[in-house]
Amino acid sequence: MAGLEDLYREIILDHYRTPRNRGELEAPAVSAEGHNPLCGDEIRIFIDVKDGLVSDVRFNGSGCSISQSSASMMTTAVKGKPVDQVRAIVKRFKQMMTLDEDENSTIDESINLGDLEALQGVVKFPVRIKCATLGWNTLLDALAETGK
Amino acid sequence: MTFDVAAIRKDFPVLHRLVNDKPLVYLDSANTSQKPQVVIDALANFMKHGYAPINRSAYQLAAEATDAFEATRSALATFINAPKANEVVFTKNATEALNLVIMSWGRANLKAGDAVLLTHMEHHANIVPWHMLVAERGIQLRWVPLTSDGQLDLTDLDSLLKDVKVFSFTSMSNVLGTINPVQRLCAAAHNAGAIAIVDACQSVPHQPTDVQAWGADFAVFSSHKMCGPSGVGVLWGRESLLEAMPPFLGGGNMIADVRLDGFTTAEVPAKFEAGTPAIAEIVALNSAVKYLTNLGMHNVRQHEIELSTYVLNTLNSRFGDDITIHGPTNPELRGATFSFAFRGIHPHDLSQVLDQTNVCVRAGHHCAKPLMRILGANATVRASFYLYNTTQEVDALADALDSASDIF
Repeated sequence: MAGLEDLYREIILDHYRTPRNRGELEAPAVSAEGHNPLCGDEIRIFIDVKDGLVSDVRFNGSGCSISQSSASMMTTAVKGKPVDQVRAIVKRFKQMMTLDEDENSTIDESINLGDLEALQGVVKFPVRIKCATLGWNTLLDALAETGK
Repeated sequence: MTFDVAAIRKDFPVLHRLVNDKPLVYLDSANTSQKPQVVIDALANFMKHGYAPINRSAYQLAAEATDAFEATRSALATFINAPKANEVVFTKNATEALNLVIMSWGRANLKAGDAVLLTHMEHHANIVPWHMLVAERGIQLRWVPLTSDGQLDLTDLDSLLKDVKVFSFTSMSNVLGTINPVQRLCAAAHNAGAIAIVDACQSVPHQPTDVQAWGADFAVFSSHKMCGPSGVGVLWGRESLLEAMPPFLGGGNMIADVRLDGFTTAEVPAKFEAGTPAIAEIVALNSAVKYLTNLGMHNVRQHEIELSTYVLNTLNSRFGDDITIHGPTNPELRGATFSFAFRGIHPHDLSQVLDQTNVCVRAGHHCAKPLMRILGANATVRASFYLYNTTQEVDALADALDSASDIF
């Protein structure tokens, strides 16, 4: 059985207790809202895209330590990065969140997820995978808003 | 008869299972209950020796299956003190039973502008179908608010009921544990000229039920919360109302005749039982009814009052202001279902930690999002107790809660 230490790594708890980039952005930034209907977690992701770069990103909402820390770590991972690279990071992260090793050959394996690797342990707790990916799926929704 | 929990626990095989070498502490019975051996045996025996279609074949095996199926209907009628067995309708779950009443009775009797009264503590199953009827018919919904300790605030009940056509409410909150004064609410509904629908899912498994004493018009509950198999819901309704209602689902079994230009319906309850039902599960439900009847529902209720008293005393004395338990503080006014907030730890994280010692609780919105918003929470942890739970398991819950503080 996977132990809680696999789930609640120190870096995760640090982002939970001290979230980075928590807050909102004014227009012209866009936002998207994500729900986990099974558990009631809610998250809103704000992004400001300028000249093909995610120049700023914020999140707010409420949820468990995994959903909130994952969103916090995500903001630090994507802030200031080109949109294409952000999409690649999202893809790489979502691949890590699945047990299917060779699901998609277009994943850029060279992407270093850094602190985000700490969330690898979530895979051992399948019920919590949706918590970890909530912010990321919502980021994709927000990116879609920028294209409108 | 004294209520012997140790003996009762022997009847439930799963309670003896070790998970990771530790015993299970199953505190999620408001979600679904565990099954005693007699129900498991009844299901298996019927599958092995008695399985056949019901209501449509002449051979002996089918006749026996039909008898066994109908025996459950009669047993349920006795269990809830319904006047007639044919007032008991089988559905696939209590949600479908509510949808049946709301869509069949509602479509036949409600028009634009008609008012329906609900309460702030309803399950989504007693909210969403009404919203669907709002969209379809333009009816309007009114709501009975709550007091600060999670009871219905009945101060303005009479004015809320003015010109209302239906008052639909839960007999016991699946989140707060609050037991509502069903008899009083049904009487108030009738005084206002409304019918009363009771969502009895949370109370039927836990205390004696008498739909005639309630004075209700309809009541719904589910097999799986009362030690029976899943896949079976029950609707009870007054015969005169059921007879006047149009069918809900169309198909086999629910017809008297079908022609190229139309159909006529069967008598109740067949009119509302289209298609092949969960035959084996319904047959096995009879064993659950017998099991509960033998224990005595008054004894079950008394056991749960004692457990509730122990839960409230234990959690409040050990954790004081660190725990907020929603719902009534008087065990006589509540069932043994406790939603709570603990030391600011998110319910998912808390339930994950509790799982380390096999303490099974539900974390989430419990299909009652409007109520959760009123409580100011996205989610709560809910520990719900039943006839097989012990005070030692309350202590196990408290010990597990204590260990969660070390992590967050």
